[in-house]
Amino acid sequence: MMSVSRNLAIAAVAAASLAGSTACMSAEAASGETPAVPVRSLPEIRGEERAVLTSAPDVPPPITRDYATRVVVELETVEKVMRLADGVDYTFWTFGGTVPGQFIRVREGDLVEFHLTNSRHSMVPHNIDLHAVTGPGGGAAATLTIPGGESVFTFRAINPGLYVYHCAVSPVPMHIGNGMYGMILVEPAEGLPKVDREFYVMQSEFYARPGENGGAHTLDMERGAAEQPTHVVFNGAVGALTGANALEANVGESIRLFVGNGGPNLVSSFHVIGEIFDHVYGEGGTMISQRNVQTTLIPAGGSAIVEFRAEKAGDLVLVDHSIFRAFNKGALGTITVTGDDNPELFAQLKGLPMAGH
Amino acid sequence: MYRFAPLAGAALLLAHATPVALESSGPAPLAAVAGSAASPPALPDSGTVSLAEPEAAAFATMVRIPATRYRPLYASPGTEIVVAPFRLDRDPVTRGQYLAFVRANPRWRRDRVDTRAADAGYLAEWRTSDDAGTATDLRRPVTGVSRTAAEAYCAVRGTRLPSLSEWEAVAAASAVARDATGDPEFVQTLLSRYAHRTDPVPPVERGTRNAYGIRGMHDLVWEWVAAPHIDHAAHSHETGTEHGAYCASAAVGASNAANYPAFLRFAVRSGLTDRSTMGTLGFRCAA
Repeated sequence: MMSVSRNLAIAAVAAASLAGSTACMSAEAASGETPAVPVRSLPEIRGEERAVLTSAPDVPPPITRDYATRVVVELETVEKVMRLADGVDYTFWTFGGTVPGQFIRVREGDLVEFHLTNSRHSMVPHNIDLHAVTGPGGGAAATLTIPGGESVFTFRAINPGLYVYHCAVSPVPMHIGNGMYGMILVEPAEGLPKVDREFYVMQSEFYARPGENGGAHTLDMERGAAEQPTHVVFNGAVGALTGANALEANVGESIRLFVGNGGPNLVSSFHVIGEIFDHVYGEGGTMISQRNVQTTLIPAGGSAIVEFRAEKAGDLVLVDHSIFRAFNKGALGTITVTGDDNPELFAQLKGLPMAGH
Repeated sequence: MYRFAPLAGAALLLAHATPVALESSGPAPLAAVAGSAASPPALPDSGTVSLAEPEAAAFATMVRIPATRYRPLYASPGTEIVVAPFRLDRDPVTRGQYLAFVRANPRWRRDRVDTRAADAGYLAEWRTSDDAGTATDLRRPVTGVSRTAAEAYCAVRGTRLPSLSEWEAVAAASAVARDATGDPEFVQTLLSRYAHRTDPVPPVERGTRNAYGIRGMHDLVWEWVAAPHIDHAAHSHETGTEHGAYCASAAVGASNAANYPAFLRFAVRSGLTDRSTMGTLGFRCAA
């Protein structure tokens, strides 16, 4: 009798101490109830809307609502042959038929309902991993979609920031290497400061090898593993942002670039010739991490937001400052700034005439 | 309906007869079937099958595959599975052959198929439930068929679907070597072949012949294999890791991270159920 009641007393003390321990899983054993796990409180969802998606270099307009809503996003994966460079057609795998895929813009706290379809003409299944997603595979676990199929999942955009999305079906380097990436911006609840122009730029590289019998180029696995690309480009092709495709702005306008790096391998040393970044949101986060920056790093599978004001008329040239990539492999883009000259800011006193003036 | 009766009889006889097994070289005699009232069937590689003789296409050339070793993609490096000798169709099953099967077994018509056996894409490319297209179309690999349908077709011939190990062991062959998985050029060209498959798929005669004498393993269509539980020897390896299909960690536990074509094939299989159909997915039979 004594030992039984003593054992009971010991058990009672043990149970009490367990119940009193805040981090302890075995409170479940003692009380039979599921222990409380701290969860963030999510804002209430009001209404529903269809996401406005844009193709690079355009960006959907800033969000004006001040509440969280259900946003329906529909993307289709499409495999198609397009021009990568002059004389080089490539069998791209894409979100929505473009490289990069379309830009998605939502607000912190939104409930995103994501519909992924895979064209029935595709050869392989696809899925999507959005870096904005907290959840299995960033969505990839829920979206494996065979040609002709559809997958739907929902996620809460709990972290603001500028995020890459990409396909994550095995072999992942091939899906990314063939062009399956894009960006999603989760605006902070208070929004971003207003600017005059916003552009969507995504750097990536290609490892292109001619197809059999003169067919379109496909992925060169050996070059990919050796990290030796044949092409490094902005927005999916050599010349996508030059010549007739150059971005445009006016003197005096504030410009924000949402810059992503789809990789698959290279880190970008992003620089705009003739300009200095007044603000850099390093790695696509929500804080201005540095001011007055010449060249900022953009990780593979990452992003950066840069802001500056156009103050001189002329061409600003976007480059990866690992400069062989710009000169030899295509990592070049242009912003053509139009407006009155400002000789106080810059003037040539002697020398050969400046090109283009 | 007398033209169909001999075929039905042929189907019954085939179910009991052993399919002809052939060496990989030389032309292919066909299994003659007693009681057939049709004229002697045309050789499959004669290049033409008229609309009047889809029954002839019911006979298939099979090739004897000797014992081979297969290195599963999801296994510790150096793991090898011995694949016992078996027979494999030289070509994927054609539309003409499948049309003959549908005519002899009307419950497999597109307008009568059980939805548990095949999804809405079943035989979607055929003109009607009974019309699979021109003479050239009949020579193309049949697609839009589910695993359940493929198994039923093979069973009528007294055959079965190849196991994953059997199919992958034969797929390792290039034109000149039986195991070319160590040849980076060959592995790279498969990516090009997969990317440049045409729509519509060419007739099976245009399939590239490999060192076993099997045609079109890589340049025509994806192909069904038996459900994983059938291949006991390779069962633990066939399904891959939990993340195999969708995650960058697919290479974890893989025996050869450079074999992208194998990863592509595994990813395709991971998305399929027994009733799935795709316009790029056909099959061939084994015994």
